[in-house]
Amino acid sequence: MNKTTRRYGSVAIGEKLPPLRIDITSGLIIGGAIASRDFTPVHHDKAAAQAGGLPDIFMNILTSNGLIGRYVTDWAGPDCTLKRIDVKLGAPNLPGFVMTITAEVNAKDDAAGTVDIAYSGDNNVWGTHMSGIVRVALPKEA
Amino acid sequence: MTPEETRDFEAKIRAYVGREVGAPTRGKDDVNPAMIRHWTEVTGDESPVYCDQAFAAKSSKGGIIAPPTMLQIWSMEGYAMCQRPEMDLQRELHKIFDAHGFVGVLGTNTSTDFYRDLRPGDQVTAHTVIDNISERKTTARGVGYFIETVTKFTDQHGADVGRQVFRVLKFMPNAETAEAKASTAGAADKPAPPTRIQAPRGHDNAWWWEAIDQGKLMIQRCKGCGTLRHPPRPMCGDCNSTEWDAIESSLEGEVYSFTELHYPKFPGYPYPLLCAVVQLREGTRLIANLAGCEPEQVFIGMKVRGKVERVDDKTVLPNFYPA
Ligand SMILES: [Zn+2]
Repeated sequence: MNKTTRRYGSVAIGEKLPPLRIDITSGLIIGGAIASRDFTPVHHDKAAAQAGGLPDIFMNILTSNGLIGRYVTDWAGPDCTLKRIDVKLGAPNLPGFVMTITAEVNAKDDAAGTVDIAYSGDNNVWGTHMSGIVRVALPKEA
Repeated sequence: MTPEETRDFEAKIRAYVGREVGAPTRGKDDVNPAMIRHWTEVTGDESPVYCDQAFAAKSSKGGIIAPPTMLQIWSMEGYAMCQRPEMDLQRELHKIFDAHGFVGVLGTNTSTDFYRDLRPGDQVTAHTVIDNISERKTTARGVGYFIETVTKFTDQHGADVGRQVFRVLKFMPNAETAEAKASTAGAADKPAPPTRIQAPRGHDNAWWWEAIDQGKLMIQRCKGCGTLRHPPRPMCGDCNSTEWDAIESSLEGEVYSFTELHYPKFPGYPYPLLCAVVQLREGTRLIANLAGCEPEQVFIGMKVRGKVERVDDKTVLPNFYPA
Protein backbone atom coordinates (compact mmCIF):
# COMPACT_ATOMS: atom_id res chain seq x y z
CA MET A 1 0.00 0.00 0.00
CA ASN A 2 1.32 3.42 -0.97
CA LYS A 3 1.37 5.79 2.02
CA THR A 4 3.68 8.34 0.44
CA THR A 5 2.25 11.16 -1.62
CA ARG A 6 3.91 12.41 -4.78
CA ARG A 7 4.91 16.10 -4.68
CA TYR A 8 3.90 18.32 -7.55
CA GLY A 9 7.48 19.40 -8.17
CA SER A 10 8.78 15.83 -8.44
CA VAL A 11 6.48 14.92 -11.32
CA ALA A 12 7.67 15.43 -14.89
CA ILE A 13 5.62 15.45 -18.07
CA GLY A 14 6.24 12.14 -19.81
CA GLU A 15 6.61 10.18 -16.57
CA LYS A 16 5.04 6.77 -17.01
CA LEU A 17 2.89 5.21 -14.31
CA PRO A 18 3.50 1.53 -13.54
CA PRO A 19 1.08 -0.66 -15.56
CA LEU A 20 -1.69 -2.47 -13.67
CA ARG A 21 -3.10 -5.81 -14.79
CA ILE A 22 -6.61 -6.61 -13.66
CA ASP A 23 -8.28 -9.98 -14.15
CA ILE A 24 -11.87 -9.36 -15.13
CA THR A 25 -14.03 -11.96 -13.38
CA SER A 26 -17.77 -12.37 -12.86
CA GLY A 27 -17.03 -11.59 -9.21
CA LEU A 28 -15.40 -8.26 -10.05
CA ILE A 29 -18.18 -7.26 -12.46
CA ILE A 30 -21.06 -8.22 -10.16
CA GLY A 31 -19.27 -7.07 -7.01
CA GLY A 32 -18.54 -3.69 -8.62
CA ALA A 33 -22.12 -3.31 -9.86
CA ILE A 34 -23.65 -4.08 -6.47
CA ALA A 35 -21.13 -2.03 -4.46
CA SER A 36 -22.02 0.89 -6.74
CA ARG A 37 -25.75 0.12 -6.25
CA ASP A 38 -26.11 -0.42 -9.99
CA PHE A 39 -28.65 -3.21 -10.33
CA THR A 40 -29.06 -2.87 -14.11
CA PRO A 41 -29.59 -6.52 -15.16
CA VAL A 42 -26.84 -6.60 -17.85
CA HIS A 43 -24.23 -6.31 -15.09
CA HIS A 44 -25.36 -9.38 -13.12
CA ASP A 45 -27.71 -11.42 -15.32
CA LYS A 46 -26.08 -13.26 -18.22
CA ALA A 47 -29.41 -13.88 -20.00
CA ALA A 48 -30.14 -10.13 -19.94
CA ALA A 49 -26.66 -9.38 -21.32
CA GLN A 50 -27.17 -11.94 -24.11
CA ALA A 51 -30.54 -10.43 -24.98
CA GLY A 52 -28.60 -7.21 -25.53
CA GLY A 53 -26.22 -8.93 -27.93
CA LEU A 54 -23.18 -9.62 -25.75
CA PRO A 55 -21.98 -13.11 -24.82
CA ASP A 56 -21.85 -12.45 -21.07
CA ILE A 57 -22.36 -9.84 -18.34
CA PHE A 58 -20.12 -6.79 -18.64
CA MET A 59 -18.51 -4.24 -16.33
CA ASN A 60 -20.58 -1.15 -15.43
CA ILE A 61 -19.20 2.34 -15.99
CA LEU A 62 -18.96 3.12 -12.27
CA THR A 63 -16.57 0.21 -11.76
CA SER A 64 -14.41 1.34 -14.69
CA ASN A 65 -14.33 4.82 -13.10
CA GLY A 66 -13.52 3.26 -9.71
CA LEU A 67 -10.63 1.26 -11.13
CA ILE A 68 -9.06 4.18 -12.97
CA GLY A 69 -9.49 6.39 -9.90
CA ARG A 70 -7.76 3.78 -7.76
CA TYR A 71 -4.98 3.35 -10.33
CA VAL A 72 -4.11 7.05 -10.26
CA THR A 73 -4.42 7.52 -6.49
CA ASP A 74 -2.30 4.37 -5.92
CA TRP A 75 0.45 6.20 -7.78
CA ALA A 76 -0.21 9.69 -6.39
CA GLY A 77 -0.62 8.71 -2.73
CA PRO A 78 -3.13 9.44 0.06
CA ASP A 79 -2.80 13.25 0.20
CA CYS A 80 -3.66 13.73 -3.48
CA THR A 81 -7.07 15.01 -4.52
CA LEU A 82 -8.88 13.73 -7.60
CA LYS A 83 -10.30 16.66 -9.56
CA ARG A 84 -11.62 15.12 -12.73
CA ILE A 85 -12.02 11.78 -14.46
CA ASP A 86 -12.79 11.70 -18.17
CA VAL A 87 -13.65 8.33 -19.63
CA LYS A 88 -14.13 7.52 -23.29
CA LEU A 89 -15.70 4.09 -23.36
CA GLY A 90 -14.67 1.48 -25.88
CA ALA A 91 -15.02 -2.30 -25.90
CA PRO A 92 -16.82 -3.90 -22.94
CA ASN A 93 -14.98 -5.81 -20.20
CA LEU A 94 -16.28 -9.39 -19.93
CA PRO A 95 -15.43 -12.24 -17.55
CA GLY A 96 -12.22 -13.98 -18.55
CA PHE A 97 -10.65 -10.89 -20.05
CA VAL A 98 -7.53 -9.25 -18.65
CA MET A 99 -7.38 -5.45 -18.64
CA THR A 100 -4.04 -3.67 -18.48
CA ILE A 101 -4.00 0.00 -17.55
CA THR A 102 -1.08 2.13 -18.71
CA ALA A 103 -0.67 5.87 -18.36
CA GLU A 104 1.66 8.82 -18.44
CA VAL A 105 1.73 12.39 -17.20
CA ASN A 106 0.81 14.59 -20.14
CA ALA A 107 0.25 18.04 -18.64
CA LYS A 108 0.91 20.11 -15.51
CA ASP A 109 -0.80 23.27 -14.26
CA ASP A 110 1.58 25.16 -11.96
CA ALA A 111 -1.07 27.59 -10.72
CA ALA A 112 -3.55 24.89 -9.78
CA GLY A 113 -0.96 22.32 -8.71
CA THR A 114 -2.65 19.67 -10.84
CA VAL A 115 -1.24 17.08 -13.18
CA ASP A 116 -3.10 15.38 -16.02
CA ILE A 117 -2.63 11.67 -16.48
CA ALA A 118 -3.47 10.28 -19.92
CA TYR A 119 -4.44 6.64 -19.52
CA SER A 120 -5.65 3.68 -21.52
CA GLY A 121 -7.24 0.50 -20.17
CA ASP A 122 -6.91 -2.22 -22.79
CA ASN A 123 -8.40 -5.67 -22.58
CA ASN A 124 -6.66 -8.58 -24.21
CA VAL A 125 -9.64 -9.68 -26.29
CA TRP A 126 -11.45 -6.68 -27.71
CA GLY A 127 -8.90 -3.91 -27.24
CA THR A 128 -9.32 -0.52 -25.59
CA HIS A 129 -12.00 -0.59 -22.89
CA MET A 130 -11.50 2.98 -21.74
CA SER A 131 -9.18 5.90 -22.29
CA GLY A 132 -9.01 9.51 -21.25
CA ILE A 133 -7.55 11.90 -18.73
CA VAL A 134 -7.50 11.95 -14.94
CA ARG A 135 -6.68 15.28 -13.28
CA VAL A 136 -5.21 15.07 -9.81
CA ALA A 137 -3.98 17.78 -7.43
CA LEU A 138 -0.70 17.10 -5.64
CA PRO A 139 0.74 18.90 -2.61
CA LYS A 140 3.52 21.31 -3.54
CA GLU A 141 5.63 21.02 -0.39
CA ALA A 142 6.79 17.99 1.53
CA MET B 1 -38.50 7.10 -41.87
CA THR B 2 -39.86 9.65 -44.31
CA PRO B 3 -38.56 13.22 -43.97
CA GLU B 4 -41.87 14.20 -42.33
CA GLU B 5 -41.63 11.35 -39.82
CA THR B 6 -38.05 12.33 -39.04
CA ARG B 7 -39.10 15.93 -38.49
CA ASP B 8 -41.92 14.88 -36.13
CA PHE B 9 -39.61 12.54 -34.26
CA GLU B 10 -36.89 15.16 -33.87
CA ALA B 11 -39.43 17.73 -32.68
CA LYS B 12 -40.61 15.24 -30.06
CA ILE B 13 -37.13 14.44 -28.73
CA ARG B 14 -35.90 18.04 -28.81
CA ALA B 15 -38.77 19.03 -26.52
CA TYR B 16 -36.90 17.15 -23.76
CA VAL B 17 -33.73 19.23 -24.00
CA GLY B 18 -33.16 21.48 -21.02
CA ARG B 19 -35.61 19.65 -18.76
CA GLU B 20 -34.81 18.06 -15.40
CA VAL B 21 -35.40 14.31 -15.59
CA GLY B 22 -37.31 14.43 -12.31
CA ALA B 23 -37.24 15.86 -8.84
CA PRO B 24 -33.74 16.03 -7.34
CA THR B 25 -32.77 12.62 -5.94
CA ARG B 26 -31.61 12.68 -2.35
CA GLY B 27 -29.35 9.72 -1.65
CA LYS B 28 -31.01 7.01 0.45
CA ASP B 29 -27.83 6.66 2.48
CA ASP B 30 -25.66 9.47 3.75
CA VAL B 31 -21.95 9.06 3.04
CA ASN B 32 -20.90 6.24 5.37
CA PRO B 33 -17.87 4.06 6.13
CA ALA B 34 -19.61 0.75 5.36
CA MET B 35 -20.41 1.59 1.76
CA ILE B 36 -16.94 3.09 1.37
CA ARG B 37 -15.39 -0.15 2.55
CA HIS B 38 -17.60 -2.26 0.25
CA TRP B 39 -16.50 -0.15 -2.71
CA THR B 40 -12.78 -0.15 -1.92
CA GLU B 41 -12.86 -3.93 -1.36
CA VAL B 42 -14.02 -4.47 -4.94
CA THR B 43 -11.85 -1.83 -6.62
CA GLY B 44 -8.85 -3.07 -4.65
CA ASP B 45 -8.25 0.45 -3.37
CA GLU B 46 -6.08 0.30 -0.26
CA SER B 47 -5.59 4.03 0.25
CA PRO B 48 -5.57 4.57 4.02
CA VAL B 49 -7.59 7.81 3.81
CA TYR B 50 -10.69 5.77 2.94
CA CYS B 51 -10.59 3.12 5.66
CA ASP B 52 -7.85 3.78 8.21
CA GLN B 53 -9.36 6.22 10.75
CA ALA B 54 -6.09 6.79 12.62
CA PHE B 55 -4.05 7.40 9.48
CA ALA B 56 -6.71 9.60 7.87
CA ALA B 57 -7.06 11.76 10.98
CA LYS B 58 -3.33 12.60 10.88
CA SER B 59 -3.22 13.08 7.10
CA SER B 60 -3.94 16.29 5.20
CA LYS B 61 -7.53 15.01 4.83
CA GLY B 62 -8.10 15.29 8.59
CA GLY B 63 -10.29 12.18 8.66
CA ILE B 64 -11.90 9.50 6.52
CA ILE B 65 -13.07 10.59 3.07
CA ALA B 66 -15.08 8.71 0.46
CA PRO B 67 -13.34 7.76 -2.79
CA PRO B 68 -14.35 10.54 -5.22
CA THR B 69 -15.41 7.84 -7.70
CA MET B 70 -18.36 7.13 -5.35
CA LEU B 71 -19.91 10.54 -6.13
CA GLN B 72 -22.75 9.09 -8.19
CA ILE B 73 -23.19 6.02 -6.00
CA TRP B 74 -24.77 7.88 -3.06
CA SER B 75 -27.90 8.74 -5.03
CA MET B 76 -28.33 5.51 -7.04
CA GLU B 77 -31.80 4.04 -7.18
CA GLY B 78 -30.67 0.58 -6.04
CA TYR B 79 -32.48 -2.73 -6.28
CA ALA B 80 -35.57 -1.23 -7.92
CA MET B 81 -33.43 -0.94 -11.08
CA CYS B 82 -33.84 -4.64 -11.80
CA GLN B 83 -37.53 -4.81 -10.91
CA ARG B 84 -39.58 -1.72 -11.64
CA PRO B 85 -37.25 1.21 -12.32
CA GLU B 86 -38.93 4.53 -11.68
CA MET B 87 -40.20 6.15 -14.88
CA ASP B 88 -38.36 9.45 -15.15
CA LEU B 89 -38.06 11.79 -18.08
CA GLN B 90 -34.86 10.18 -19.28
CA ARG B 91 -36.44 6.74 -19.50
CA GLU B 92 -39.49 8.30 -21.17
CA LEU B 93 -37.18 9.87 -23.77
CA HIS B 94 -35.44 6.54 -24.38
CA LYS B 95 -38.85 4.91 -24.93
CA ILE B 96 -39.60 7.42 -27.69
CA PHE B 97 -36.31 6.48 -29.34
CA ASP B 98 -37.15 2.78 -28.93
CA ALA B 99 -40.57 3.25 -30.52
CA HIS B 100 -38.90 4.75 -33.59
CA GLY B 101 -36.43 1.91 -34.03
CA PHE B 102 -33.50 3.45 -32.12
CA VAL B 103 -33.47 0.50 -29.72
CA GLY B 104 -29.69 0.30 -29.20
CA VAL B 105 -28.08 2.13 -26.30
CA LEU B 106 -24.40 2.55 -25.62
CA GLY B 107 -22.64 4.63 -22.98
CA THR B 108 -19.85 6.47 -24.81
CA ASN B 109 -18.37 9.05 -22.39
CA THR B 110 -18.43 10.21 -18.82
CA SER B 111 -16.71 13.27 -17.49
CA THR B 112 -16.82 13.86 -13.77
CA ASP B 113 -15.57 16.87 -11.80
CA PHE B 114 -15.06 16.64 -8.05
CA TYR B 115 -15.33 19.93 -6.16
CA ARG B 116 -14.62 18.66 -2.66
CA ASP B 117 -13.95 15.43 -0.78
CA LEU B 118 -17.06 13.85 0.72
CA ARG B 119 -16.96 12.66 4.34
CA PRO B 120 -19.13 10.36 6.43
CA GLY B 121 -22.32 12.24 7.30
CA ASP B 122 -22.48 14.23 4.07
CA GLN B 123 -25.82 14.03 2.27
CA VAL B 124 -25.69 13.98 -1.51
CA THR B 125 -28.50 15.04 -3.82
CA ALA B 126 -28.42 14.59 -7.60
CA HIS B 127 -30.04 17.01 -10.04
CA THR B 128 -30.08 15.69 -13.60
CA VAL B 129 -30.91 17.65 -16.74
CA ILE B 130 -31.16 16.45 -20.34
CA ASP B 131 -28.63 18.91 -21.62
CA ASN B 132 -28.23 18.22 -25.27
CA ILE B 133 -29.26 15.90 -28.11
CA SER B 134 -26.93 15.82 -31.12
CA GLU B 135 -27.84 15.96 -34.77
CA ARG B 136 -28.47 12.58 -36.35
CA LYS B 137 -25.12 10.78 -36.72
CA THR B 138 -23.99 7.78 -38.68
CA THR B 139 -21.79 5.63 -36.45
CA ALA B 140 -20.16 2.22 -36.75
CA ARG B 141 -23.01 0.82 -34.68
CA GLY B 142 -25.76 2.39 -36.76
CA VAL B 143 -27.55 5.69 -37.23
CA GLY B 144 -28.43 7.47 -34.01
CA TYR B 145 -28.28 10.45 -31.69
CA PHE B 146 -25.98 11.27 -28.79
CA ILE B 147 -27.92 12.25 -25.68
CA GLU B 148 -26.00 14.19 -23.06
CA THR B 149 -27.24 14.49 -19.49
CA VAL B 150 -25.62 16.68 -16.88
CA THR B 151 -25.94 15.83 -13.22
CA LYS B 152 -25.13 18.37 -10.56
CA PHE B 153 -24.45 16.95 -7.10
CA THR B 154 -25.15 19.07 -4.03
CA ASP B 155 -24.67 18.55 -0.30
CA GLN B 156 -26.82 19.17 2.79
CA HIS B 157 -25.97 22.89 2.60
CA GLY B 158 -27.04 23.17 -1.02
CA ALA B 159 -23.42 23.63 -2.12
CA ASP B 160 -22.17 21.96 -5.30
CA VAL B 161 -19.86 19.01 -4.61
CA GLY B 162 -19.46 17.67 -8.14
CA ARG B 163 -20.75 17.44 -11.67
CA GLN B 164 -21.01 14.64 -14.19
CA VAL B 165 -21.63 14.71 -17.92
CA PHE B 166 -22.85 11.40 -19.29
CA ARG B 167 -23.19 10.74 -23.01
CA VAL B 168 -25.07 7.82 -24.54
CA LEU B 169 -25.69 6.88 -28.14
CA LYS B 170 -29.27 5.81 -28.91
CA PHE B 171 -29.04 4.06 -32.24
CA MET B 172 -30.80 1.95 -34.82
CA PRO B 173 -28.60 -1.16 -34.96
CA ASN B 174 -27.40 -1.64 -38.52
CA ALA B 175 -27.85 -5.00 -40.21
CA GLU B 176 -24.25 -6.04 -39.59
CA THR B 177 -24.47 -5.27 -35.89
CA ALA B 178 -27.76 -7.13 -35.62
CA GLU B 179 -26.23 -10.14 -37.36
CA ALA B 180 -23.17 -10.11 -35.10
CA LYS B 181 -25.49 -9.92 -32.11
CA ALA B 182 -27.48 -12.93 -33.27
CA SER B 183 -24.35 -14.99 -33.83
CA THR B 184 -22.62 -14.07 -30.57
CA ALA B 185 -25.76 -14.39 -28.46
CA GLY B 186 -26.59 -17.80 -29.85
CA ALA B 187 -23.13 -19.26 -30.11
CA ALA B 188 -20.40 -19.96 -27.64
CA ASP B 189 -20.22 -18.46 -24.16
CA LYS B 190 -16.79 -16.98 -24.80
CA PRO B 191 -15.95 -14.87 -27.82
CA ALA B 192 -13.53 -16.47 -30.27
CA PRO B 193 -9.91 -15.45 -29.73
CA PRO B 194 -9.21 -12.35 -31.80
CA THR B 195 -7.12 -12.61 -34.93
CA ARG B 196 -5.14 -10.05 -36.90
CA ILE B 197 -6.75 -7.97 -39.59
CA GLN B 198 -6.62 -9.97 -42.82
CA ALA B 199 -4.49 -8.63 -45.66
CA PRO B 200 -6.62 -8.08 -48.78
CA ARG B 201 -5.64 -10.42 -51.62
CA GLY B 202 -6.12 -8.99 -55.07
CA HIS B 203 -5.24 -9.79 -58.67
CA ASP B 204 -1.65 -8.52 -58.32
CA ASN B 205 -0.66 -9.78 -54.87
CA ALA B 206 -2.66 -12.94 -54.10
CA TRP B 207 0.17 -15.14 -55.44
CA TRP B 208 2.57 -13.58 -52.91
CA TRP B 209 0.29 -14.35 -49.95
CA GLU B 210 -0.35 -17.86 -51.26
CA ALA B 211 3.42 -18.45 -51.24
CA ILE B 212 3.56 -17.11 -47.66
CA ASP B 213 0.85 -19.63 -46.74
CA GLN B 214 3.27 -22.28 -48.08
CA GLY B 215 6.07 -20.90 -45.88
CA LYS B 216 7.93 -19.05 -48.65
CA LEU B 217 8.81 -15.36 -48.86
CA MET B 218 8.92 -14.53 -52.57
CA ILE B 219 10.40 -11.53 -54.39
CA GLN B 220 9.03 -10.56 -57.78
CA ARG B 221 11.56 -10.38 -60.61
CA CYS B 222 11.25 -8.63 -63.96
CA LYS B 223 11.71 -10.98 -66.90
CA GLY B 224 12.79 -8.10 -69.11
CA CYS B 225 15.71 -6.69 -67.07
CA GLY B 226 15.96 -8.91 -63.98
CA THR B 227 15.17 -6.13 -61.47
CA LEU B 228 13.66 -7.34 -58.20
CA ARG B 229 10.65 -5.54 -56.78
CA HIS B 230 8.41 -5.53 -53.72
CA PRO B 231 5.52 -5.10 -52.94
CA PRO B 232 4.13 -7.03 -55.92
CA ARG B 233 2.86 -4.97 -58.83
CA PRO B 234 2.10 -5.62 -62.50
CA MET B 235 4.81 -3.59 -64.26
CA CYS B 236 8.57 -3.12 -63.90
CA GLY B 237 9.46 0.42 -62.91
CA ASP B 238 12.76 0.23 -64.79
CA CYS B 239 11.85 -1.22 -68.20
CA ASN B 240 8.02 -1.23 -68.15
CA SER B 241 7.88 -4.94 -68.83
CA THR B 242 4.80 -6.74 -67.51
CA GLU B 243 6.50 -10.12 -67.75
CA TRP B 244 7.72 -11.43 -64.42
CA ASP B 245 8.61 -14.41 -62.30
CA ALA B 246 9.79 -14.63 -58.68
CA ILE B 247 12.66 -15.88 -56.55
CA GLU B 248 12.52 -17.18 -53.00
CA SER B 249 14.16 -14.92 -50.41
CA SER B 250 16.97 -16.13 -48.17
CA LEU B 251 15.12 -14.34 -45.30
CA GLU B 252 18.40 -12.70 -44.30
CA GLY B 253 18.52 -8.98 -43.87
CA GLU B 254 18.90 -6.01 -41.60
CA VAL B 255 16.71 -3.36 -40.01
CA TYR B 256 16.47 -0.39 -42.36
CA SER B 257 14.03 1.50 -40.11
CA PHE B 258 11.58 0.61 -37.36
CA THR B 259 8.84 1.90 -35.10
CA GLU B 260 6.82 0.72 -32.12
CA LEU B 261 3.03 0.91 -32.30
CA HIS B 262 1.51 2.01 -28.99
CA TYR B 263 -1.93 3.38 -29.61
CA PRO B 264 -4.62 2.42 -30.26
CA LYS B 265 -4.02 -1.18 -29.28
CA PHE B 266 -5.74 -3.70 -31.53
CA PRO B 267 -6.91 -7.04 -30.23
CA GLY B 268 -5.14 -9.96 -31.85
CA TYR B 269 -1.72 -8.28 -32.01
CA PRO B 270 1.15 -8.93 -29.61
CA TYR B 271 2.52 -5.99 -27.62
CA PRO B 272 5.04 -4.46 -27.59
CA LEU B 273 4.40 -4.33 -31.35
CA LEU B 274 7.50 -3.60 -33.39
CA CYS B 275 7.22 -2.88 -37.11
CA ALA B 276 10.34 -2.66 -39.23
CA VAL B 277 11.34 -1.96 -42.78
CA VAL B 278 13.68 -4.88 -43.41
CA GLN B 279 16.37 -4.58 -46.06
CA LEU B 280 16.69 -8.08 -47.48
CA ARG B 281 20.02 -9.46 -48.67
CA GLU B 282 18.51 -9.68 -52.16
CA GLY B 283 18.12 -5.89 -52.19
CA THR B 284 14.39 -5.31 -51.79
CA ARG B 285 12.73 -4.08 -48.62
CA LEU B 286 9.58 -5.23 -46.89
CA ILE B 287 7.57 -4.24 -43.85
CA ALA B 288 7.29 -6.91 -41.19
CA ASN B 289 7.08 -7.37 -37.44
CA LEU B 290 10.18 -7.85 -35.33
CA ALA B 291 9.88 -10.66 -32.81
CA GLY B 292 12.05 -12.18 -30.11
CA CYS B 293 13.49 -8.90 -28.89
CA GLU B 294 12.59 -5.92 -26.71
CA PRO B 295 12.03 -2.47 -28.26
CA GLU B 296 15.13 -1.03 -26.60
CA GLN B 297 17.33 -3.75 -28.16
CA VAL B 298 16.47 -2.80 -31.74
CA PHE B 299 18.72 -0.54 -33.79
CA ILE B 300 19.05 0.47 -37.41
CA GLY B 301 21.42 -1.92 -39.12
CA MET B 302 20.60 -4.80 -36.76
CA LYS B 303 21.03 -8.14 -38.53
CA VAL B 304 17.81 -10.10 -38.66
CA ARG B 305 16.60 -13.47 -39.94
CA GLY B 306 13.05 -14.09 -41.06
CA LYS B 307 10.80 -16.99 -40.31
CA VAL B 308 7.52 -17.52 -42.11
CA GLU B 309 5.20 -18.67 -39.37
CA ARG B 310 1.58 -19.00 -38.34
CA VAL B 311 0.68 -16.13 -35.98
CA ASP B 312 -3.00 -16.97 -35.40
CA ASP B 313 -5.85 -19.13 -36.73
CA LYS B 314 -6.12 -17.11 -39.93
CA THR B 315 -2.72 -15.65 -40.66
CA VAL B 316 0.76 -16.76 -41.72
CA LEU B 317 3.39 -14.00 -41.83
CA PRO B 318 7.13 -13.48 -42.10
CA ASN B 319 8.44 -12.38 -38.68
CA PHE B 320 12.03 -11.22 -38.28
CA TYR B 321 14.23 -12.19 -35.31
CA PRO B 322 17.64 -10.93 -34.23
CA ALA B 323 20.15 -12.97 -36.29
ZN1 LIG C 1 12.38 -4.65 -65.95
